[in-house]
Amino acid sequence: MNTSLLWLIPILPFAGFLLNGTIGRKLPRAAVAAIALLATLTSGAIVADLWIYMKSAGAPLALAVTSRPWIAVTGFQVDFAFTVDHLTVIMLGIITGVGFLIHVYSVGYMAHEEGYWRFFAYLNLFMFFMLVLVLSSSFLLLFVGWEGVGLASYLLIGFYFKRDSAANAGKKAFIVNRIGDFGFLLAMFLLIAHFGSLSFDRVFSQIPMLDSTGHLATSRCASLPCVIGFQPYSGGFLTAICLLLVVGAAGKSAQIPLYIWLPDAMEGPTPVSALIHAATMVTAGIYMVARCHVLFDRSPAALTVVALVGAATAIMAATIGMVQHDIKRVLAYSTVSQLGYMFLACGVGAYSAGIFHLMTHAFFKALLFLAAGSVIHALSGEQDMRVMGGLRKRIPITFWCMTVGVFAIAGCPLLSGFFSKDEILYQAFTSPSPVGKLVWVIGVLTSLLTSFYMFRLWFKTFFGAPRFDEHALAHGSHGQAALAPVHTRSDTTHTMVAEPEHDSGQAAHSHGIHESPWVMTVPLMVLALLAAIGGYVGVPVAFGGHNEFEHFLDPVFTAYSSGQPTPEPSAPAYQAISLTAIAVFAFALGLLTAYVFYCRKQGRATQLARRFKPLYSLLVHKFWVDEIYGALIVSPLLFASRWVLGGFVDTAIVGGTASAASGATKGLSQITRRMQSGNIRSYAGWLALGAAAVIIVVLFGVHPFHH
Amino acid sequence: MNFDHTILTLILLTPLVGAIVLALIPEREGAKTHHIGALVITLITLLLTLHLPWHYHYAAEPGSFQYEQNLPWISVPAIRYHLGVDGLSLWLTVLAGFLAPMGVLASWRTITSRTKLFFTLFLLQQVAMLGIFLSLDLFLYYGFWELSLVPLTLLIATFGRTENRRRAAIKFFLYAFIPSAIMLVGLLWLYVRTGTFDFPALQNLAASHSISPNTTALWLCSLSFLVAFAVKCPVFPLHGWLCDTITEAPTALAMVAAGKLGLYSILRFSFGIFPEQSRHIAPLLIALGAIGIVYGSLLALVQTDLKKLASFSLLGHVSFIILGIFTFTVSGVDGGTFQILNESLVGAAFFILLGLLYERYGTYDIRDYGGLAARHPWMVTMFVITALAGIGLPMLSGFVGEFLILSGTMQSIVAHHVVWAVVGTTGVIFSAAYMLWMIQRVFYGSIGHRPDEVHGWDLNAREHVELWAFAGLFLVMGLFSPVWMRAIDTYGTLTADKPTRFEPNTFRHIETETYEPTASRGFVDPTLGAAALGKQAPSANKGARY
Repeated sequence: MNTSLLWLIPILPFAGFLLNGTIGRKLPRAAVAAIALLATLTSGAIVADLWIYMKSAGAPLALAVTSRPWIAVTGFQVDFAFTVDHLTVIMLGIITGVGFLIHVYSVGYMAHEEGYWRFFAYLNLFMFFMLVLVLSSSFLLLFVGWEGVGLASYLLIGFYFKRDSAANAGKKAFIVNRIGDFGFLLAMFLLIAHFGSLSFDRVFSQIPMLDSTGHLATSRCASLPCVIGFQPYSGGFLTAICLLLVVGAAGKSAQIPLYIWLPDAMEGPTPVSALIHAATMVTAGIYMVARCHVLFDRSPAALTVVALVGAATAIMAATIGMVQHDIKRVLAYSTVSQLGYMFLACGVGAYSAGIFHLMTHAFFKALLFLAAGSVIHALSGEQDMRVMGGLRKRIPITFWCMTVGVFAIAGCPLLSGFFSKDEILYQAFTSPSPVGKLVWVIGVLTSLLTSFYMFRLWFKTFFGAPRFDEHALAHGSHGQAALAPVHTRSDTTHTMVAEPEHDSGQAAHSHGIHESPWVMTVPLMVLALLAAIGGYVGVPVAFGGHNEFEHFLDPVFTAYSSGQPTPEPSAPAYQAISLTAIAVFAFALGLLTAYVFYCRKQGRATQLARRFKPLYSLLVHKFWVDEIYGALIVSPLLFASRWVLGGFVDTAIVGGTASAASGATKGLSQITRRMQSGNIRSYAGWLALGAAAVIIVVLFGVHPFHH
Repeated sequence: MNFDHTILTLILLTPLVGAIVLALIPEREGAKTHHIGALVITLITLLLTLHLPWHYHYAAEPGSFQYEQNLPWISVPAIRYHLGVDGLSLWLTVLAGFLAPMGVLASWRTITSRTKLFFTLFLLQQVAMLGIFLSLDLFLYYGFWELSLVPLTLLIATFGRTENRRRAAIKFFLYAFIPSAIMLVGLLWLYVRTGTFDFPALQNLAASHSISPNTTALWLCSLSFLVAFAVKCPVFPLHGWLCDTITEAPTALAMVAAGKLGLYSILRFSFGIFPEQSRHIAPLLIALGAIGIVYGSLLALVQTDLKKLASFSLLGHVSFIILGIFTFTVSGVDGGTFQILNESLVGAAFFILLGLLYERYGTYDIRDYGGLAARHPWMVTMFVITALAGIGLPMLSGFVGEFLILSGTMQSIVAHHVVWAVVGTTGVIFSAAYMLWMIQRVFYGSIGHRPDEVHGWDLNAREHVELWAFAGLFLVMGLFSPVWMRAIDTYGTLTADKPTRFEPNTFRHIETETYEPTASRGFVDPTLGAAALGKQAPSANKGARY
């Protein structure tokens, strides 16, 4: 394996970005797409080669390449350096694989858009930063990717920049992410202050050497962990660092309290939602926590926080997802909820289970978004599920792909989501974490809700009688006119406007509801296949599998550990099986409830909603979190800036000193003007006074600076 | 031919001679003679300044001056014509050289009448700036310092945008002149005590504590210097002149009005001649810096005038540098010095872009704009790149400086440093908020009423050249910062308290003063304290504007 090839992995998409970004406007669409696809595909090929190499026997645990220094001052240096270990390889595979499929899909989905070149340029820019993020061998280079994907996300959410809601959503995403970055930055400053470096290896290798007071103990003995009485350090500043990292991860991975940007991010084109806001970027926080497992392992408090935040996010987002009407918003809340699952897994120390779910989630959630995009495409831009229905026969390929995705995420046995979710729940239940049982209960409940809202989406979209006005769809440039009555009837103020620009150029050849072209359906089918079988790499031992996924990651998660590896918590097989049974039961119950409410007895859901009006309204309004933040933080801050700082401090105090200064000058000038009266006798008087002063100074030696 | 001994004089003379020549050429209606002349002169100056980093001896003894020219000028009092550059002034000189042709290009369209007056004064301003960076004789320096005030005042009074210009010019002059006059007293006292105006000599005396045994007088003297510099920066709350000056000043002058001169002077003279006093007053300046970051960003968030927004943004950026250099850590000083370069470039690019908008639509009121992205795709690209450099996106120049400054603050040993690091870091949130808000209001959404009436054009060739130069620098400085840091670090390591190299055994423990309420400093950082107790950090979810 030629390690210098590693540089090419991110640089190729960057070259694609530069090409499309500068001259893309003048190129034909086919050329733009070819550049973007080729850049991604070539990176993907290198990654595939890398994967094969890393799986082969005798491969090193990690490949590293270092180039020139990026930031260097005396005492601190960060290089451009990449490291590839097993965790990175998995992330690289997901990013380039799913990324390439979504690029292909976008060729069809965006075919009629203005700014085609801009879209693909941004998409390649995103790939570049995301690959840097996972390849980096230091916190700072990871932060480069971290901020960079935020930028790409900002640009892509605001792709339809003429629409205020899209511009707002992009800005909100960037700023909320910056709040997370604030935590990440502080964590890095603490790391520098304590370890003098930001390189993963240099920081992590110092951790086992911290003695119980947090002092670095290299001087006493080289192999201290085996010295009798050595207490490994935990808590203290490591907890501070971990919690600040969690703030960063909560921003990027949309966890409580910073999840609010992700649902709004659905303003972007659907492939963007699939790639950035479901499969890759939002999982960066989980990747980061897993990458820093050495730090987190030393801080039980921080791990507990991670588990609780994850569990709370999972269930909260799932409850909101139950009542949304916009198909993309349901998926968005579902993403938040699933990310909460992964957080939960990391919080109970089951990092490889978290990464496993990250991978299967990337498959089925990308599939779900792309299939939803295909539905939206078929309905010429409509996203409201209340006006869908009965699409099963009209768009069969989309329907079947979506079905695989829905069953996978809901946890249907033998599909990918089942294995990864089951693994997380099992690990939570058996973990020594003080909140393990609690988060397991929440996890099972969430899994029930997930199954319910996903089947709700499935039934509402594909079954029952069609609720759209086909005539209007066929002749209007998009669905807005036809659907106006529905929107006015809607009791929620949060129905999102459909992508109005989408398909605006399509009016000429619009022919009503149509299956998507093959460039869109082929990626769907590939993803459906992955969503179905992707879980078989991690079949647990209790079911006769070998859990290859976990063993593949073992070198990563046992590195830097001091002393003996902790023995596997050996739970009896019946426990694993009964836990699985509970999970399957939750899946079945969710499916059944959704079937009853949305297929068998339609209208029962509305009745229930009416009966529990306050609760329903709480959920529909997403617990009023946006409003609460607005009222508690944003408005007071703006008020204080405008009136207290701007109106009072700047005008009265800062400006006041200026006025006082100019007033004093004016006063002085009045005096001096008096002195210059033009009267020769008064001049003589001043002269005499001055002379007297000089004489006094000379005689009595009054020296102003003499001590 | 070896320029090394005369290069600094050449750098100063070129714009000076140019100014005289331009003043002698008669002005003709509608002709671009003076524009072209000024451009040629400034480009020659830029080329001459590029000689400095090209032939600089990076391995030379840190703190030594290169390309020195030291000639007696007046024997009594002992004033010498002493010029030289070191790691601190090397790139600042190049920066001054670079900004001048950019300023001329930015004035290409806007200055149509009285061009002779404008460009003559502009070149004099250039002489003054270069002189400030190059002088090593305090009296010579003071001459350039005062010279820098005059052209700016006159230009604002003559070429100001509104009828408010006279008042703004007077305000600027008073703000700049009164502290400078007090500084002159301090300067003369120094001469009386030591008998020399020579900076290296004074620096040596200061290092051996032999300027004066009178600590009170020394303190007053150091304050007279610091206040004059702080007003020029400006440091919060001495920024009363900034808004009016920036609002009135033509683009080319807004680019050079604030920041680098004052900051350089603090680094050179306050730190060089008054090292102890500067360290004693550092906690105050660190606090003012951190507050200034938040204050400037928050006020930028609520402005409706683009130039006012830019001036408060400038205040925020300058405060970052103040925070960094007064930590007296290598990271802080290096980062602060690097950030002077970045701040000047970002500020200049930002003012140029605002000027382009004004040229097209004749207003700086944000509320009049909207939806320009579709009309000006290149302009919005440049705006976004500049904004990203300004808010410190990694891989662009702003990040390197900001990161080093804040990380230096965290390493500092000044009391409450963790608090100020946290307060300063909130700046990354607020600066993103106002920049993105501004971009959204001007470029996104539906078309605003002013662009509806007037039809502007996208960038022309001159504007492309100008802005790509900036964009290229943002990227190159963000990616290859060691090129600049090599020289800057020689200064930073000398100035900082001690090198922040972390030997494994000399581990410093911030947590001893952070986590324990009974620590001797009597101070607990709320965020980290909460973190240690397993609670969510309280400052995490505050402060977004969305």
